[in-house]
Parts: sequence; C-alpha cells; structure tokens
Amino acid sequence: MHAAKYHKPASVADAVAALSGAEDGKVLAGGQTLLPTMKQHLAAPSDLVDIRGIDGMSGVSASDGVITIGAATTHAEVAASSAVQEHIPALACLAAGIGDPAVRHMGTIGGSLANNDPAADYPAAVLGLGATVVTNAREISPEDFFEGMFATALDDDEIITAIRFPAPQASGYAKFRNPASRYAMTGVFVAQTGDGVRVAVTGAGDDGVFRHDGLEAALGADFSAGACDGVEISADGLLSDIHASAEYRANLIRQMAKRAVSGAT
Amino acid sequence: MSDGIGARVKRREDKRFITGKGKYTDDIRMDNQAYAAFVRSPHASARVTNIDASAALAMEGVVAVHTGPEMKEDGIGDIITGWAITSKDGSPMTCGVWNPMVTEFARYVGDAIAIVIADTQDLARIAAEAVEVTYEELPACVNPADALKDGAPQVHGNVPGNLIFDWEVGDEAAADEGLAKATHVTEIDLINNRLSPNAIEPRSAVAIFDDAEDHYTLYSTSQNPHVARLVLSAFYNVAPEHKLRVIAPDVGGGFGSKIYIYPEEIACLWASMKTKRSVKWTAQRTESFMTDAHARDHVTKARMGFDADGKITGFKIDTIANIGAYVSLFATATPTYLYGTLASGVYDIPGIYCNVKAVHTNTAPVDAYRGAGRPEATYMIERLIEMSARQLGMDPAELRRKNFIREFPYQTPVILQYDSGDFDACLDKAQALADVAGFPARKAEAAARGKLRGIGYSTFIEACGIAPSAAVGSLGSAVGLWESAEVRVNPVGTIEILTGCHSHGQGHETTFCQLAAEKFGVPIDNVKLVHGDTDAVQFGMGTYGSRSGPVGMSAVMKALEKVEAKVKKIAAHQLEASEDDIVIEGGEVSVAGTDKKMAWHEVGLAAYIAHNLPEGMEPGLKEGSFFDPVNFSFPSGCFICEVEVDPDTGETEIVQFVSADDFGVIINPMIVEGQVHGGVTQGIGQALTECVVYDESGQLVTGSYMDYTMPRADNVPSFKVEHSSTPSPTNPLGIKGCGEAGAIGSPPAVINAITDAIGTDNLQMPATPQAVWMALQSAQTSMAAE
Repeated sequence: MHAAKYHKPASVADAVAALSGAEDGKVLAGGQTLLPTMKQHLAAPSDLVDIRGIDGMSGVSASDGVITIGAATTHAEVAASSAVQEHIPALACLAAGIGDPAVRHMGTIGGSLANNDPAADYPAAVLGLGATVVTNAREISPEDFFEGMFATALDDDEIITAIRFPAPQASGYAKFRNPASRYAMTGVFVAQTGDGVRVAVTGAGDDGVFRHDGLEAALGADFSAGACDGVEISADGLLSDIHASAEYRANLIRQMAKRAVSGAT
Repeated sequence: MSDGIGARVKRREDKRFITGKGKYTDDIRMDNQAYAAFVRSPHASARVTNIDASAALAMEGVVAVHTGPEMKEDGIGDIITGWAITSKDGSPMTCGVWNPMVTEFARYVGDAIAIVIADTQDLARIAAEAVEVTYEELPACVNPADALKDGAPQVHGNVPGNLIFDWEVGDEAAADEGLAKATHVTEIDLINNRLSPNAIEPRSAVAIFDDAEDHYTLYSTSQNPHVARLVLSAFYNVAPEHKLRVIAPDVGGGFGSKIYIYPEEIACLWASMKTKRSVKWTAQRTESFMTDAHARDHVTKARMGFDADGKITGFKIDTIANIGAYVSLFATATPTYLYGTLASGVYDIPGIYCNVKAVHTNTAPVDAYRGAGRPEATYMIERLIEMSARQLGMDPAELRRKNFIREFPYQTPVILQYDSGDFDACLDKAQALADVAGFPARKAEAAARGKLRGIGYSTFIEACGIAPSAAVGSLGSAVGLWESAEVRVNPVGTIEILTGCHSHGQGHETTFCQLAAEKFGVPIDNVKLVHGDTDAVQFGMGTYGSRSGPVGMSAVMKALEKVEAKVKKIAAHQLEASEDDIVIEGGEVSVAGTDKKMAWHEVGLAAYIAHNLPEGMEPGLKEGSFFDPVNFSFPSGCFICEVEVDPDTGETEIVQFVSADDFGVIINPMIVEGQVHGGVTQGIGQALTECVVYDESGQLVTGSYMDYTMPRADNVPSFKVEHSSTPSPTNPLGIKGCGEAGAIGSPPAVINAITDAIGTDNLQMPATPQAVWMALQSAQTSMAAE
C-alpha cells in the first residue's frame, strides 16, 4: 500500500484538527474496509486518524429505554453487550453475524455507518429502529443520515461519536448472505416501535438502505410472517448483479421480512 | 508391516505445514533480492501503441522496466503448446502466437505488458501503476458460443474465425444409425461453467542469475520442475538445461494450474539476467484470478438414444470448447483426448460420435484443472442418463445397470480400452451406504418442513496416468508420459527415494515411503522422499492427471525390485546361501528355514564397504527405473447425493453425499479419503457456487472472493466414503489414481439431486440460490400454463 501518516488523537477535537490539517485524511475506526482498500491501491489517503483511543468513543450504556453505543465499539462488543441483548436482542444478533470473528473484533459500528456500504448490516438496524447518529457537531436522524451507496450526510472532518437506539417493543433481523462475499445480499430489519412498525432493507436497494412502506403498512396491521405474503414488492430500484437479479432480491425481501418477523423478540 | 501398503500412516509432511514451517517459494529471500510487478492490460483486446516508463523509472528504488519487444529482441521464445490436435479434415490445428509479454496486441484482461523491477514489493507495484501505456481499444470476442459466428471479432489474425481445430472422435454413421433406430432420444444443452483453480498459495517465482557462473536458479510454484526446466531451456531460450536449476519447494496446491510455465516465470528469469538481481514475483489474488489458467468452459449439445428396453443405441455430442486468448500447454488435449474419449462413460454404447470445436476468445487461457475434460464428459453423460430415466419412467439406477459394461478389457468406440472395473459393485455399495430405500420417507419428512428433498446419482469412469508414451505421442503429445525413480540405500541402511513426481498437497512424502516400508519391512521413519529439485532428481514428468500413483509409484516399485535383487545377491554371497532362499522382511535379510540372517543396515554397509561382494558386482546400493505403463488406468465409482432445497430462496443444502470408488489398490486409505473429500468439494464448488464471469467487454467480474464463490465448509456435508477394488492390470501395483475422481464424478450427482428435488431438468451450473429459485419459478409458470 501507499504510505500514510498515522495519527492517534486523544480527543475528538484533536481528531478533527488532524483531519482538517490533512491533505486527504481518513478516519480509521476499525479499518475492515479501509485497510483492504488501501492494500489494493483503491484508496491512498495521506493521513489516517485512528479514533479508537479517544475516551468515551467505545462502550454501551442504557438509560430510559435508550441504548447508546460509542462509535468505536466493535461488532463483537455490541454482540456481547448484556444491555443490547436485553433491550434489542435483534441488534446483538445482527452484530454477531457481521463478517467473521476477526472482522467482528476490529470493525466498529461507527466505521460501518460512516462507510455506508449498501450491503452492510448496521444501516438496516439504524434505519429500522429509528436510531440517532450523534457526531461531534450534531445529531442526525437515520432518514437524513443515509444518502445512498457509500454516501452519508457527514461533512468533511465530521466524526460519528455515538449511535442512540430507542429500544423497540420487538424487533428482528434476517439476512440472506451473498454466496461469495457473505455480505447481506438482502437483509431486512423489522421493529415494532411506539410509532408503529418500521421495516428497513439493506443489500437490495440500488440507492442503499431504505424503508419499505408496503411491508410497514401490512405488518402494522398484522405483525405476522403471513402478512408479508400479500404485499407487493417491486423490483424497481433494486440492485441487479451476477449473484442476484432485482426480481430475486424482491423475493428475498419478502422471505427475509417473514424470517425477521418470525424471529422477532 | 504396519507402515506398508494399505496402512493409514499419518501424513509425515503435516507437522511442518500445520506449524507454519513449510518453505514456499515466497519464503525464499536472497541477499540481492529485488521484486517484480507486472503492468497488465486493462482491456480484453487492444493494440499497444506506446509504453512510457519514465515516471516509474524516475522513482527512487525502481531498478528497471522491461517490455515484450525487448524480450523478443533478446531471443526469448514464444510460449508453446504441448499437444498438437489434427482437425477432422486432416489439417493441423491453428493457434495464435503467445508472446510471454505483449509485443503489439493485448488479448485478455491481465495480458502482461511490462515487468517492473524495484527494491521492494510495494514499490514495484506502485511503479507498475505509473507506467503509462497507450492503448488503441479493439472489439473483443468473449463468449465461446459467439466466437464462431460470422463477424465475430478475431482474436488472432492467423486464426480465421477463431477456430483452433475442429476435431472428432468415434463413428458418426454408427451414432446416427443408433439415434435413428431409437424409440426415445434425450437431448440436452449444457454449459460447463468456467472455473478458476484457486490454489491457496498464489503462483510465485524467485529467479536467481549467477553472473560469475553464468547459471540460473528458479524457485517456482511448479507441479513439474523438470518439464519447466526443459521448456524454459529448449523453447524459451533462457539457458541451456545444465545451466538452469528449477526448484519447486513446498507448493500450496496446484490442481493443474501449476503445470504450466507462465509468462511471469520466464520474465523473472530474463529480468534477473538483465538486472543482475534476484527477482521475486508473487501473484496477488486478483492476479491469480486474472492469469492462472482457467478451466472447463464448454458449450455442448448432446443426444442419447434408447431402445424400448432402455438400452442405449447411440450418442452424439457437439461441443464448443473455449481455449481463451492463447493456447496453454495442455489446453488442446483437455477437450479432446481427455473428453471425447471418455464419452462412453460406464456404458456399453454401440455408436458414439463427438465433435469438438476449440475457439480463441479474449479471455484468460483455459487449461487442465482437476479432472481436465473428464468432468465435462461425466457431467454430460450422467445428466443425460438421469434425465433419460425420468423421461422413460425408469429408476435411474436400473437404467444405469441395464447399460453397464461388464466385460474387461472393454474397447470403447472412442479409442480408450478400459482395463478393469465392477460398476455394479460400486453402485451396490453406494446405494447401501446412502440408504436409498429410506429416501421416500426422508423426502416426506422434509416436505413436512417445507423443504424439497432430491436424490441424484453419478456412476462414472475416468482415465488416469495417461500412457504409454508412444501412444500419446501418436495422438499429438509432444512429451512422453513415463515417470522415473531412483532408490538409494545409504550405508547405514536408511533409504532415499527420488521421484520426478511432485507433491503439492498429495502426501507423497508419506505414501511413496510406504512402498519401501512394504518392500523391505523397514520403519517408514528410515525412508525419505526427495523431489522437486532438478539438481537432486534425475528427471521426471511431474504430478498431474492422477499419475503419481499409477505411474510414479510404479517407477519406485521397479527401482525397489532392482534394489531387492542386489540385496539378495549380496546377502546370498555373505550368508553362503542361494539367492532364491533369501527372504527380506521385518528389516532383516535371512535365509529361509535357517537362523542365518543379516540386519537390513548390514547389507547396506556391506554394499558400500565392498570388502566382500560377489565377484564382478559394483559397489553401492542405488537403482533407478523409468516406468512407462502399457495403458491408462481407469478409476470408476458411484456417488449418490441428497439435497434439500428451500423453495422460498432456492438455497440448496447437501444433506448427504456418499461415494463408493474403485481406485484399484490403495496405498494409504486415509490419504485417499482425503483426496476424495477434496475432489468432491471442488466438484460441489463447480455444481453449486463457482463460476468465472466476464462481462460483454471482456472485463473480469469475478476478480476477487467478493464475487468468485469458493465453496466453504458450510457448503459441504460430512462425506461417507467407501471403496470397492478391482486392481489395475496396467501397472505393477494395481493402482488406478485417486486425485481427480471426486471432482470428476460429483457435479452431476449434485445437479441430478437438485433437479430431482425441484422437478425440472432446466438447470445449469452453478446451481446458485438464484438459479435454483428461477428454475423453480419457470417450472411453476410452465406447469400453470399447461
């Protein structure tokens, strides 16, 4: 890979300063996408700003029905968190199913969300649960945060510090893995919340994670797997590639929604 | 003897492999080490109009950039093919010229344009990106089915219509006659999916030029270092053979892909001479996907006719075989003499005709890969038989039995003469192992869970240890296919076996040594295998085509017999007995019926001290052998696969896989079972997951594991493996070869099981969840329409 200058700031302010002072700086949160990309010469940032040493950047806390997860918390930590397991078991389960053990012990929730890979798992949970993305500058709703494939509302030099998940009444997540990469070829997160049922789909949309109105309406009326059968699921706007056509993904959205509902707790 | 033939001796090489102590090519580090990276064509077809290396050369630490035209000017030869095919009209094949590095036209994505040498690997790669190549893009021919069409882009100017050869085998009139009188004809259109070999160790080379000695050494990930030296010397003009040493140290898997001498090794040797540096190159995984010889890639139409009793009357095959941009070493033998000649399968078929058109396309070269031609033949035959049983309303096992060959030797209508076999025995054994009788109950139980359960058979035969040399020569091979061995008994009685075969996962360091343990009753710890170094071993053809057992081990056995004869002479002389009365067993050499004996090591010592040898006998105890079999050997077997398909997603789970193989005599059952496990897993990969995809412009879509689907542990079940043995009469050990059978026989078993489960034969490999789901959808649509 190309050489890059490594920074390990102790505070968010120092991290922002390092980023703004860099010619082409990148936040290093877990590196599970960024480092392989650099090794393949597909990215060559001038500076890497490692935020994992910043106090308060990692860990899980729960209060008043809200689970707050620090941006540098690894997937393994989320999966093992008793607070997450108690209040949002579907989120613990989702984290436990990301990548492989090596990825789960390095990759972080903030890194995943900032990258917004269209086949990543966390965007479905954040959008499905109506979580708030907290940055050094502001709080962003999921509807505003995700702006399409690999695109987010984050400004240059803006750093995610935490994600706040409101605990739902029940939620579930099911994904169908891409046979090659094992990323979500289609993943569906369903949640029964105080504001009704939310359904978020990852891996399938050609513009990244999205909510499915038809499934939300049907499951709002009848939160059962069978309720998904009658919903029209259009292939329009879905990804098509060598592993799955848009039509097949439309089918997977229905099937994964059914599995997510069946498994919801 | 516990370490001899048939013993489950644990793999002696595994200690170093599983503790990370293996020594691979990339582990070699020289004092003056430099590193190579290649500039590669990003286009499937383009004319190179300019190469500007000035920016790369200006980087500190960049040693040199060299190109194809310079290589040509230095007299480095073009890459050769090892097997000449004659078309059905008698004309010789026509292939495009393969310059190791592009001299004018780049013909596939990954074609090497220039070699960059630098002080570090990172720098070489970065500098390679800084070489500015100007391309004039040209239209590309990508799909083999389109390559023969009028107006298709021409891959090589000297190969009209992209047709390399139009070959036939069998008797067209007899096949036509058989089909004409058939009461039922089954037709099939098949695509045999293109595969990437995916050895866990990428290809690598360390080229060392010794200026003082005018001598070259090449460490290489090779399955056949002697052939590499021969070809590098005789055809690529790198150096005469006595000034070129090729070492293939530990090699992490080959599957055929490391038989060939690729442009990179040639370029590294040449660059080492030009730069006076040791030059190392190790492929990145994407380079492996781009440039390791791909596999399979057939488009086939076939028709099989049956009479009213279910007896096959005729079989006719039309295949287009994709050879890729250049004709690799054994690329032409694979879709011909390793494919059409297997068209009889395990069946007695009166008329067979197979026509194969081989085409160039703007894709990576395609060559032999585990099974090589035989998987393509088996897939076609075994899908046809299973489909025919369904169409005829017959039990698939019974239809097979009705047509089995039962007398040996059996002369097929397509050149080969089968040596031995008992196909009923394998089928019986597999059916019992699979509990076929219990299948309906299992299917019903799966249905209650919402799963579609299916069962599929494959009864197959293949050909290993291609031979004899004169016969393969008459069919077009440029080389003989014998093997050599040398057995050295040291003065202290320990034994070294030298072989021209090469072990890159097969466990030769265990199995070859078991032969000496068997012959002399010595502990296997006193025996060592020497292989993989042209300075150490006399000569040899290497390891591929499951030949190391039937051919390589037979050479060892012949050398052991010569040693045995000399030992008996020495012992008879020293013990004052008749040679005929000398018995060698349990590490002792004794006179039968007496208490007169010598320890094994005492005979070794006597041979080297030479104080008391029979009159006229030369000192020492070392014998060699070159073994050329009288025929191929023909392993056969039966696989039965059971699957469950989830109709909601199309996902297939293999819930049971049984194999009953006939490998003839087995040296080490544990290693043979491992070969079956690995081979079947690769076959399951072809059936369920793997496919190399190029887009219409010739870009490689499956350039990493993000898109190329290797089978994983959760794609395969726990295998049930058994054996049924009819020894091969074509070699002294009765071995048939076991390396490829798993990959050859398994794809049709898997697909036959899936098509049984989903109720339609309209399915191509790989049967990905999407493909199976779509087949189910179209079957439901067509059922609704009826």
